[in-house]
Amino acid sequence: MADSIPLSGAIDLTPRHKQPRLYLEVMHDWIVTTDHKKIGLMYIAAALLFMLVGGVEVLLMRVQLARPESTFLSPEKYNQLLTLHGTTMIFFVAMPVMFGFANYLVPLMIGARDMAFPRLNAFSFWIFFFGALLLYYSLIGGEGLYGGSGVPDVGWFAYAPLTERPFSMGRGSDYWALGIFISGIGSIGTALNIVVTTISMRCKGMRLNRMPLLVWLMFVTSIMVLGALPPLSAAQIMLLIDRYLGAHFFDAQAGGSAVLWAHFFWIFGHPEVYILVLPAFGFANEIIPVFSRKAIFGYPAMVAATVGIGFISFTVWAHHMFTVGMGAAANTAFVLSTMIIAVPTGIKIFNWLATMWGGKIRFTVAMMFCTAFIFQFTLAGLTGIMLAVAPFDWQLHNSYFVVAHFHYVIVGGILFCLFAAFYYWFPKMTGRRMNRTLGRWHFWLFVLGFHMTFDCMHIPGLLGMPREIYTYEPGHHWGVWNMIVTIGAFIQAIAVIIFVVNLVRSHFKGKPAGNDPWDAWTLEWATTSPPPTYNFADEPMVRSRRPLWDLKHPEDPDWKYESHAENEMAAQ
Amino acid sequence: MTTIPFTCDPQDDPWVLPYRGTVGMWCLIMAESAMFLIFVVAYIFYLGKSLSGPTPKQVLEPPIFITICLLSSSITVHLSAVALRKRSQAGFLGWLAGTILLGVIFLLGTAHEWRDLIFRQGLTIRTNLFGTTFYSLVGLHATHVLVGLLMLSIVLVFGVFGKVGEDHFHHYHTLSLYWHFVDAVWVVVFTVVYIVGR
Repeated sequence: MADSIPLSGAIDLTPRHKQPRLYLEVMHDWIVTTDHKKIGLMYIAAALLFMLVGGVEVLLMRVQLARPESTFLSPEKYNQLLTLHGTTMIFFVAMPVMFGFANYLVPLMIGARDMAFPRLNAFSFWIFFFGALLLYYSLIGGEGLYGGSGVPDVGWFAYAPLTERPFSMGRGSDYWALGIFISGIGSIGTALNIVVTTISMRCKGMRLNRMPLLVWLMFVTSIMVLGALPPLSAAQIMLLIDRYLGAHFFDAQAGGSAVLWAHFFWIFGHPEVYILVLPAFGFANEIIPVFSRKAIFGYPAMVAATVGIGFISFTVWAHHMFTVGMGAAANTAFVLSTMIIAVPTGIKIFNWLATMWGGKIRFTVAMMFCTAFIFQFTLAGLTGIMLAVAPFDWQLHNSYFVVAHFHYVIVGGILFCLFAAFYYWFPKMTGRRMNRTLGRWHFWLFVLGFHMTFDCMHIPGLLGMPREIYTYEPGHHWGVWNMIVTIGAFIQAIAVIIFVVNLVRSHFKGKPAGNDPWDAWTLEWATTSPPPTYNFADEPMVRSRRPLWDLKHPEDPDWKYESHAENEMAAQ
Repeated sequence: MTTIPFTCDPQDDPWVLPYRGTVGMWCLIMAESAMFLIFVVAYIFYLGKSLSGPTPKQVLEPPIFITICLLSSSITVHLSAVALRKRSQAGFLGWLAGTILLGVIFLLGTAHEWRDLIFRQGLTIRTNLFGTTFYSLVGLHATHVLVGLLMLSIVLVFGVFGKVGEDHFHHYHTLSLYWHFVDAVWVVVFTVVYIVGR
């Protein structure tokens, strides 16, 4: 239906001829490409690959923890899997997949032909990818001269002084620091590219107050990456100087401070949580309005809340450190800042609900994932508020309650939005729709598995089960809960396999999607699916936040209403 | 190529966006600042916490001369950019060469200071926390000076062969932003290490 409407000068109607090409040529194209769409897809593909790797790692851990006093894994192996799982999921899955979508969507949504620095873009992807491979090379690389673990086994936060030479004799900590440092260069490069693209590459009429909210969120996220990732890189440089040149940054015997590492790590680590969640919010911001058939409620409030989260997220890091003894004043400050950041987040939740309110909701698979996201993310936020209260945190710090809380955020919030994004933009990326039946199986199984795992994980935490233990004794009433958690994890794994099967199958056999399968409003739907290398045959021009709405409804365009609102604002 | 015509009305106002090189350099400066900030915090945090000598007061002398050289190079790089815009090739190359010379003097001064500290005072990166933080912070800055010098030298080589013209003003301006940033960082490092830290 929507396809029948002529869409600006976006589409080149000259008939195209496909010529058969050698596989080698196709591969060469992908390796040397500087096209933002191909790089975006490579980011996403790499992230999916590492998601499967990180998923297998966690399944092994869950088998170990399902029963008390299990001997499935040795303590050493368990620590290595724990470290690899956390590091992989944050640095090699969550961040690259967000960058992948940003790469693919930001230029399309702002009507540009590519990112601002295409070659930097390609460099950033490959340096990230090789950084990730370097970490995994530790599995087959040597242990180093002094014995000890060749695979990182210090946790994803790599607390000092465990990473110092005397406590980590093998090469494990080096691989951890170098792998993340190198892939971090790529993250900074891509973030820089997204910021510059957003500022300098917008098409005519795409003012900041008309940008799609996803672009706004990617923009703020990227600025946060520029502020948050270098501290981690700096701390890793210090760690490597300690390990290789015999310096004393985190060497307690020479007066160095382990708490300083914790501060440096979490100055990165907490903004990082928002770096991951803001793009997820961005997906929800695009998907919920389209399937509620309403414009987003409170666009300026959404932007303000995003920028607010961006700023406040740099002031909350030490809520990870209430138990190190910072003193009452510091604890109070970080309790308050952590409570305050819930306010802009709450604004967003209410705006999504208000967008859905009274809308003509279409429950496509993408919308189902977004709806579940709103509920689950609210719950995750509530346990966050609980943990933000310092005395409560003293009780439950480093327990499974904390593990349950942040997985609720990352899986229940971020991953659900990410799945929604796959179902929503897959037709644009491949030209084919994803299978709806398989999608529903994926959704319901994943919801079931998710709640079995992460709802039940809170309880052993409340019963006193600490995190990062490779096994536990019977008689604490932890066993049955852990068994349920493990079963839930396997149900989620089955759901993810269905998802991957759906991706591959739909890529080859899916129903053709057309240019605009969802009757959506942002510019990426104005071009073909998949878009040509140059995106738009002519540079688009926009006059409102929903350019495609204006084209489809010339009798009632948004720009009339928006310019009216702008004039009123100016008059006041 | 055939296309479907636009249905939008053209905008009245001219559509000018900032130059991407400048925006990109500001982003890089933001990231680098965050990194330097962590090293500066570590330096301040560990002031007076070394378990053994030597202390900053015993061995450090404020390097006034090379500081003047480095700060002056901000002026010369600016003058060379102005000359490039005014199409004065001689002025551009002269001021650029002057900038590089001042940067090299700065690096030689740092090298001289380090040789004195290592061989006469016996302060290395593994001696104590002061050595650890001092060499890391000053070394990180010196690395940035070195990178800046390499980039300026490349421009100089192209300039000598007459390949740099007025068209490259924006590119060169972007590079000069980086050089100003390196100088600004030195102001912070100098204040922290040689004034507050002593």
